[in-house]
Amino acid sequence: MTKILTPDGEHDIAAHDGLWMSPLDAERVTGWTLKPEGMCRADLCVPLPASALAPNEVDLEAFWKKLGGPVIASEARDVWALGAPPEERNAALEGLEAPDFTLPDLDGVPRSLSQLRGRKVFLATWASW
Amino acid sequence: MWQALYEELKDKGFMVVAVAQESRGAEHARPWIEQAKSSYWQLIDTEHRLEDLYNLVNVPQAIWIDEQGRIARPPETAGSTDHFRRMDLQTRTMTPEDQAERLAARQAYLDAVRAWVSTGAHALPADRARASLPKVTPEIAEARARFRLGVWLRANGRVAEGDRQMAEASRLHPDSWSLWRQAADLDEVGKASGPDFWKRVQALGDRPYYPPPKL
Repeated sequence: MTKILTPDGEHDIAAHDGLWMSPLDAERVTGWTLKPEGMCRADLCVPLPASALAPNEVDLEAFWKKLGGPVIASEARDVWALGAPPEERNAALEGLEAPDFTLPDLDGVPRSLSQLRGRKVFLATWASW
Repeated sequence: MWQALYEELKDKGFMVVAVAQESRGAEHARPWIEQAKSSYWQLIDTEHRLEDLYNLVNVPQAIWIDEQGRIARPPETAGSTDHFRRMDLQTRTMTPEDQAERLAARQAYLDAVRAWVSTGAHALPADRARASLPKVTPEIAEARARFRLGVWLRANGRVAEGDRQMAEASRLHPDSWSLWRQAADLDEVGKASGPDFWKRVQALGDRPYYPPPKL
């Protein structure tokens, strides 16, 4: 199994030779679906080069790099981190809609920013260090 | 830290969400949270996801979000100042003048939050809010992916390799104090405010450690 860390999750995927995997797994990891036009999410499709496609397989590394996102592998190539494409982050922030997130409290209860719609929210970071 | 503010404003449709950037995990943050006796949300962010989503570089930073879920003020320093840079490192004290200025700056920031909650003051128009957003560069995006991988590797016993990823993250995104200080803290508790930290602060020269909010 290959461990894939994404900006908002973590997946164990049967991948080989890097990040070659089934389109279904690729969708599970990224939320993008393989269609004849390319990898698609909502109305948007990103065409893939033939070199990133094989029968019932897709090269997720090639796709992610095409999106402009960083792909970093551990030395043993068993753990990979897919970073958010910078343009995606910038576009989201420039839209000024506060990006939603879900994080646990001290008891492990998941809390989402979107639960607080209708209130003014003061969102602040801190650290013990 | 924000409990008094929250108590005062909670009946006016106000909420505080404090997010610990804490790669050592919830148990490490627990003593601080319990001591704060807070009734607002205290969340744990081991992977620094909030910093990734909002392009943050230090703690404490705050984002003001309005009732519609829109960013009213982009990330900025939340009430802290650079006076600590002038403190006497032997005695760890500041001059009375610096202490007074520091308190006044913090008070002014809290007053701004109060005014925002009561009247909507200090919310930025969309164009100014947009103009104040720091841009995510490809280097910053790569730094965050390496940091994420580094946290995972460290948490799974691959310490040396995790450290290398984190060092590379700090090299790619040298403006992020959080990436550097979290890595230092994971290496050894206390190191994030040790001699290497002070060297980095001194290297800032005239540049701020906590850029003051433009209220």
